[in-house]
Amino acid sequence: MEIKAGLFYVFSALMLFAAFRVVTARNPVHAALFLVLTFFQAAMIWMLLKAEFLAIALVLVYVGAVMVLFLFVVMMLDINIDSVREGFWRHFPLAGAIGTMVALEMAAVLMGGFRVSQEPMSTVAAAQSGVQLSNTRELGQLLYSSYIFPVQIAAVILLVAIIAAIALTLRGRKDSKHMGAAEQLRARASDRLTLLKLEATLPAKPLPTEDAAGATEKKA
Amino acid sequence: MTLTLGHFLTLGAMLFALSVIGIFLNRKNLIILLMAIELMLLAVNMNFVAFSYYLGDMRGQIFVFFILTVAAAESAIGLAILVQLFRNKSSINVDELNTLKG
Repeated sequence: MEIKAGLFYVFSALMLFAAFRVVTARNPVHAALFLVLTFFQAAMIWMLLKAEFLAIALVLVYVGAVMVLFLFVVMMLDINIDSVREGFWRHFPLAGAIGTMVALEMAAVLMGGFRVSQEPMSTVAAAQSGVQLSNTRELGQLLYSSYIFPVQIAAVILLVAIIAAIALTLRGRKDSKHMGAAEQLRARASDRLTLLKLEATLPAKPLPTEDAAGATEKKA
Repeated sequence: MTLTLGHFLTLGAMLFALSVIGIFLNRKNLIILLMAIELMLLAVNMNFVAFSYYLGDMRGQIFVFFILTVAAAESAIGLAILVQLFRNKSSINVDELNTLKG
């Protein structure tokens, strides 16, 4: 138990430091990397809480996918850091006051209400039932029986997110010779073709100047 | 000194407070704002996992699972919108994004 407490303090100190650096780092790339460290420490703390599956999922999903996405976006955008950082420390007194207020109030309530050093009920329940299932197996049994409908909704949400992200950022090239099939099918002959009524042969115009020229010649 | 539920809840509260500070500090940088929102979700998840462990109820962890799903979707769409904004306005300053203001 003592080792667990020591590990908890190490992990949480690292995590809070990394979280502080995330919000104060000058370079957004550093902020993203510190966010990775924060998530990693959180995963370690979840390991202490015997939530192994979620800890691994956090590392895989967040550190592996979401943070890479963040890094790509940060590196793609050409941000002028100085203009973004302008007035950064001006907000610090207000932010610090509100932050310490939130932390102190919550800590006062939580430490007062939950200080009792009770044995975690999960170990008690496991000892009573005598069956020791792994965390992943327990989670999976609940997810795919009682929570199958929410799982499917979550899948739909992910699908919507994929399509939305692609549709938002997809940008057709300007010099592309791509044809829009829908536009082609919608075209009617009347949009493209107009029939003009033209006479086959036009009557020749009389030349009035010829007579006048002939008349002047005769006089001469 | 053994670990109690209060330790983990306090850690979650401190993480949440740090991300609130981050939202106040980075009023102009949309990317860091998104990161602060991720930190807030992490703090909430921490509470869920701690309660799940100390109350012996797996449903807390299932809730965390769904929060992780939704948070991943949210950050993907948020970053896509951010890229579009940067293409159109060449800035991610929150103060300049007032086109929709009536």
